[in-house]
Amino acid sequence: MTDLTKLKISEARDALRKGDVTSAELTEACLSAIDKADALGAFVHKTPEVAMGQAKSADDRIKAGDAPDLCGIPLGIKDLFCTKGVPSQAASAILNGFKPEYESTVTSQLFDAGAVMLGKLNMDEFAMGSSNETSTYGNAINPWRRGNDETALTPGGSSGGSASAVAADLCLGATGTDTGGSIRQPAAFTGITGIKPTYGRCSRWGIVAFASSLDQAGPMTKDVRDAAIMLEAMCGHDPKDSTSADLAVPNFEAMLTGDIKGKTIGIPREYTMDGMPDEIEALWSEGRKMLADAGATIKDISLPHTKYALPAYYVIAPAEASSNLARYDGVRYGHRAKLAQGDGITEMYEKTRAEGFGPEVQRRVMVGTYVLSAGFYDAYYNRARKVRTLIKKDFEDVFAEGIDAILTPATPSAAFELGKDVTDPVEMYLNDVFTVTVNLAGLPGISVPTGLDKQGLPLGLQLIGRPWEEGDLLNTAYALEQAAGFVAKPSQWW
Amino acid sequence: MSIDIETAARVAKLARIRVEDDALPALAQEFSNILGFIEQLNEVDVDGVEPMVSVEPMRLKRRKDGVTDGGMQDKVLANAPDAREGFFAVPKVVE
Repeated sequence: MTDLTKLKISEARDALRKGDVTSAELTEACLSAIDKADALGAFVHKTPEVAMGQAKSADDRIKAGDAPDLCGIPLGIKDLFCTKGVPSQAASAILNGFKPEYESTVTSQLFDAGAVMLGKLNMDEFAMGSSNETSTYGNAINPWRRGNDETALTPGGSSGGSASAVAADLCLGATGTDTGGSIRQPAAFTGITGIKPTYGRCSRWGIVAFASSLDQAGPMTKDVRDAAIMLEAMCGHDPKDSTSADLAVPNFEAMLTGDIKGKTIGIPREYTMDGMPDEIEALWSEGRKMLADAGATIKDISLPHTKYALPAYYVIAPAEASSNLARYDGVRYGHRAKLAQGDGITEMYEKTRAEGFGPEVQRRVMVGTYVLSAGFYDAYYNRARKVRTLIKKDFEDVFAEGIDAILTPATPSAAFELGKDVTDPVEMYLNDVFTVTVNLAGLPGISVPTGLDKQGLPLGLQLIGRPWEEGDLLNTAYALEQAAGFVAKPSQWW
Repeated sequence: MSIDIETAARVAKLARIRVEDDALPALAQEFSNILGFIEQLNEVDVDGVEPMVSVEPMRLKRRKDGVTDGGMQDKVLANAPDAREGFFAVPKVVE
């Protein structure tokens, strides 16, 4: 079998079970592709020994007839996940040298299902960014280019390494996390599928915390079926995360019928933005037509507080981050600054955090500190939480009117060039304009590639579902995927 | 809202992040931009709206208040930049 790395998870699963290929062969093929792809900056800690050990165990399990769907499947793991004995730095210098003594719940579940870890994947520092440019490891690069133009493009962020690795066929799937769009935006920029499940579906235990009320893990894969397979393995109740939902996890793959007759899809008028490229507008209306042709009813809806989602997010997320990142104090793990004669503990904290955190992380920690400080808590933080209630109510209202899913663009543009001079941080924040509402409302959202722009770059559409109905959402996404027939791949230059 | 240099310095101090004096004006400007963006929230009528506590209404589970884990001092200290005699070591805190 050639081009093993190009296999989808579902194809590899079937081939493994038939004995057409072994996990060791698959894993070796991925490891060799990874070694040739350093130019992409996707894998930042390679773990070939762990991978080959897991592959061998997986092959034994498969031979013994005990093979869950992910048994023997080589995956990449975002650096935000704590993996036992393997560097887990959240792409931050402040966690230099940190090797967890424990395994995150999500990666434990994946490994218990027999998945193979190829290594850790690049990301924005502490998942704060939309271009993977805030990473201590340097940029991850998008395997897609504008035709023959060699300009390096961003794979998006914060799960930029995951997106780049999956799009370049370095692994069969990858874990991502999504606080404001960090799975869906990079998936859209790289022509892959990414789903953020309902808040509480995946345990956050052992995932480095950014904004705890918004963070969710999810899979980034080559198609919707793979997303269904991988999501099922990642979900489930965990006593170690008090916000993880004690709900049964359905067989998501079994729900992929492609039949969406009788479903009602909402098109929110507030997602039409001034200055949105015509191509995004056209993609969106094509998506609408595809779902209508598949038998869904399309209905215009209103989510009136959409405009306030980004400003609310940029109060709530930094506020939570300032609290979560207080733990990086140079005492228990990671970096500690060299101290001068006479320096006390306060100097140790201040120098350690100034050296260890990059500029965007410092900025957000300080903004969060400000909005939580005495005298401003009500004006900023409490007001933002009230607006969040209204944003969620917008969605509850349309779901109560019978909307099954909502179709929007995933991003306001295609992948942009790395190193673009962004003098105003707010300009970068606008990348998340279509995705961030979903985190604030705790809903499941999926990005599906549906077309290319005129420069040959992938574009994605987002579907937003009802809480806990990932299966139905995946099925709608599957219908969209089938109608769009997106099969383009980046040509290999790395 | 415009953030002055003193406020920027105070916030940096509260966040325990050292910011050199010559970097404060730029930082104050960035804060002003971000807060200017956030101030759109003042347009929203939030009278009578409850601030969100939990995105999915769920009752947090209760558990017995018992010891379920522990006895792993070596693992706890394994990643410390400075650990001595079974403790985290820090600069002198009390004179």
